[in-house]
Amino acid sequence: MNRRNFLRNTGFVAAGSLFVPAFMKPLEAMALDELSLYKNLVVVQLSGGNDGLNTIVPFGNDIYYQKRKGISIKPEDVLKLNDMQGFNPNMAALREIYDQGWMTIINDVGYPNPDRSHFRSMDIWQTGSDSNQFLSTGWIGRYLDSNCQTCQYPYTAIEVDDSLSLALKGQSKKGIALKDPAALYRNTNDPFFKAMIQNDKEHLDEDNLGYLYKTMIETSSSASYIQNTSKIYQSKSEYPASGFANQLKTVSKFISSGLKTRVYYVSLSGFDTHVNQNQQQGNLLKQYSEGMAAFIKDLKTNNKLEDTLVITFSEFGRRVEQNASNGTDHGTANNMFVFGGRLKKQGIYNAAPNLSDLDTGDLKYQLDFRQVYGTILDKWLDVNNAEILNKKFNTLDFI
Amino acid sequence: MIAKDNFYNVKHLYNRAGFGISYPDLEKLSHKSIDKVVEGLFKQAKRDDDIMLIDTAASRNQLLMQAGLYAKKGELSEEDKKLRQEIVRAQNEKSRDLNIAWVNKMINTDAPLREKMTLFWHGHFACRSNNPFFAQQLNNIQRENGLGSFKTLLVEVSKSPAMLQYLNNQQNRKGKPNENFARELMELFTIGRGNYTEQDIKESARSFTGWAYDKEGSFVFRKNLHDDGTKTFFGKTGNFDGESIIDIILENPKTANFISRKVYKFFVNETINEAHVKELADHFYKSRYDISALMKKMFTSDWFYDPQNLGNKIKSPAEFIVGLSREFYVTYNKPQVLIQLQSSLGQYLFNPPNVAGWPGGQSWIDSSSLMLRMRIPSLVLNDGEIDFSGKADPEDEAIIALNRSTKQKAVKSFVNATADWPKFLGTFPKDFTPLALAQFLLQPKLNDKITKLISNNKGLKSTTIEITSMPEYQLC
Repeated sequence: MNRRNFLRNTGFVAAGSLFVPAFMKPLEAMALDELSLYKNLVVVQLSGGNDGLNTIVPFGNDIYYQKRKGISIKPEDVLKLNDMQGFNPNMAALREIYDQGWMTIINDVGYPNPDRSHFRSMDIWQTGSDSNQFLSTGWIGRYLDSNCQTCQYPYTAIEVDDSLSLALKGQSKKGIALKDPAALYRNTNDPFFKAMIQNDKEHLDEDNLGYLYKTMIETSSSASYIQNTSKIYQSKSEYPASGFANQLKTVSKFISSGLKTRVYYVSLSGFDTHVNQNQQQGNLLKQYSEGMAAFIKDLKTNNKLEDTLVITFSEFGRRVEQNASNGTDHGTANNMFVFGGRLKKQGIYNAAPNLSDLDTGDLKYQLDFRQVYGTILDKWLDVNNAEILNKKFNTLDFI
Repeated sequence: MIAKDNFYNVKHLYNRAGFGISYPDLEKLSHKSIDKVVEGLFKQAKRDDDIMLIDTAASRNQLLMQAGLYAKKGELSEEDKKLRQEIVRAQNEKSRDLNIAWVNKMINTDAPLREKMTLFWHGHFACRSNNPFFAQQLNNIQRENGLGSFKTLLVEVSKSPAMLQYLNNQQNRKGKPNENFARELMELFTIGRGNYTEQDIKESARSFTGWAYDKEGSFVFRKNLHDDGTKTFFGKTGNFDGESIIDIILENPKTANFISRKVYKFFVNETINEAHVKELADHFYKSRYDISALMKKMFTSDWFYDPQNLGNKIKSPAEFIVGLSREFYVTYNKPQVLIQLQSSLGQYLFNPPNVAGWPGGQSWIDSSSLMLRMRIPSLVLNDGEIDFSGKADPEDEAIIALNRSTKQKAVKSFVNATADWPKFLGTFPKDFTPLALAQFLLQPKLNDKITKLISNNKGLKSTTIEITSMPEYQLC
């Protein structure tokens, strides 16, 4: 560890704060980077286009029941949050989280000229582009590129998966994908791999071979750091038995063991429910909610919920009217969820979707998803969102 | 340049213009001049047999059935629903078969330059279609015209049902223009950003109204949907149709520059040398957009063989998989694994991320993809166990939704491939050393470390696996 980082990590670097132990100061008095060093963002991607209207059900609106005769959730089954909207009954696990004030629901998030192709719309959400613009870097990747104080290490952004999403790829820096820190550690400690990167200074110039060696060396040091920091930590919390909950458990282990990672990325797929939606979506929402509830409680137990912000998005919502197969087809605007211990506006953030003012059968968006990203970049990750999103987006008040 | 020096140059040429070269071929060609070798490459490339996996008649029939289902009003009968599901299932299966057929074609082809060009145009005219017949058609257009006239290629691509559907020209009608195709035509396919106005897009979109395909999957010009009014495009005014718009775009030398630049990045170096690109662009323009002329010019230029252009390109996943399989005469007993490899490495052919294609270069590499790339040769050559899974393609989410079980099972499978070791090892002279093998298999110049690492090796087989697991093997 070099001197600069060592100093920063002790928390004594800010002028005027010398010799004042951190716990004696009010939060506002602490320097920004001291605080931010420990702030985490967790992004949860629901792939396939989750049907937001059967997730946060507008049971107070008759149009919902008229347009969805075969698949609407009966008012008596909805877990009511106010007199208009409520949870799908499969989300019971989140009730407690919501009541604690740890959850915000943002309605009608989207973008102009929405694209209904999964691939393209996911591309737009992951890169933060306009709908007629093609970016080859992701929004978190560009955050890594921005040279913020804490983003010089590849483990600044971790995706708990076998491969890395575009969202985490920057021009010069990229996040790291791993499902199992022990396995990656074993691979990078393979004698052949070790021999390849030993004393290798000669390759580290600007060309592609240098880039490959640099990536290997960074992978190896990240794998050691992640494994050595997190291996002793044992979670005491119970998680349900699902792949998704397992990913969250890994994230919690990383956060709770004090890994200096800023962004985590996990995903749950299968939301493309064109046929017999209720059972499939119900299963997935149950998995999602039970996993999230366990995760949020685990963070709370470890005193990390204050320093963690979790967001959930899907590439698009679905059409207001159901189709002929008791499913729904690709739509546009959708709700997003935010979780954390320091939410400024808890509960439902904005008005419920207006079902009588549609754009050829689709919801109109109230908020651009880049306003949500922009808010997080400005207020949570401490970078100017215009630098990352290529233009300035107005921020919101959920944090 | 004396003939004997051509060992490295021929190897370089075959890596860039094709998917590598066998040792005996390399030995033979090393004694010829580069001009002669390039000539040979083009001669081989004359063969251009189409992929004929998907039967035309059967596909037309299926399209008609689909159209029939779409036309039905109200709720479909159980029988019709089954039929629709069956069509989708069959299409997905055929799409995977088509992918495998092309990969195998690249592995086994006698016309490597033509397949490499097809791969280049596949990325340039990036397109997704869930109809495998359309996808096959477009792939064949790119193969047939990949070394011909750029104009013909462009027109044929623009008229292909796959592209008409992908970029919504099917919905582009008089009075209700859809600008998607017109925009990408200029931004990505021909001239590039900054060389046209929004008004140019509007006017050219009007000119392409009526370009569509019929129920049987053939191009048709629908005269009644075509806007035959006067348009002003690139400062010219007239009653333009789609083809005249393409002609006007090609008249602008910036189009030749845009294409040459992309060719340069793909075949020579990600870092542009403006003088070299200009040389290519001028030649391309003067040849009236003859792709062969452009490619010949590039492969015979001295700078193509400059040290900074050798062994410094990151192989795309397709180049990596095809190159490895070709080099070791690999047979995939369970060809699905080829798809798993492509998606894990981030280049699932026929499924580009968007119409801009795969970004390429360093974006192929992150810590996980590099670790995987370094392990794949030993997995393929030793029939190893696969303990990774690629991300689901978003277009497959509907299938995932249908087959979802709550608990994710760990996928365990073996590559189940056979490398023909006797054939591979038989291509080398007796007393071939591990060092000579490394010089042959790797494109970058050997350094001390590699030399030390392998010079005491005993067997050529184990040395091969070590060499192909090195980061240097990721470059060509």
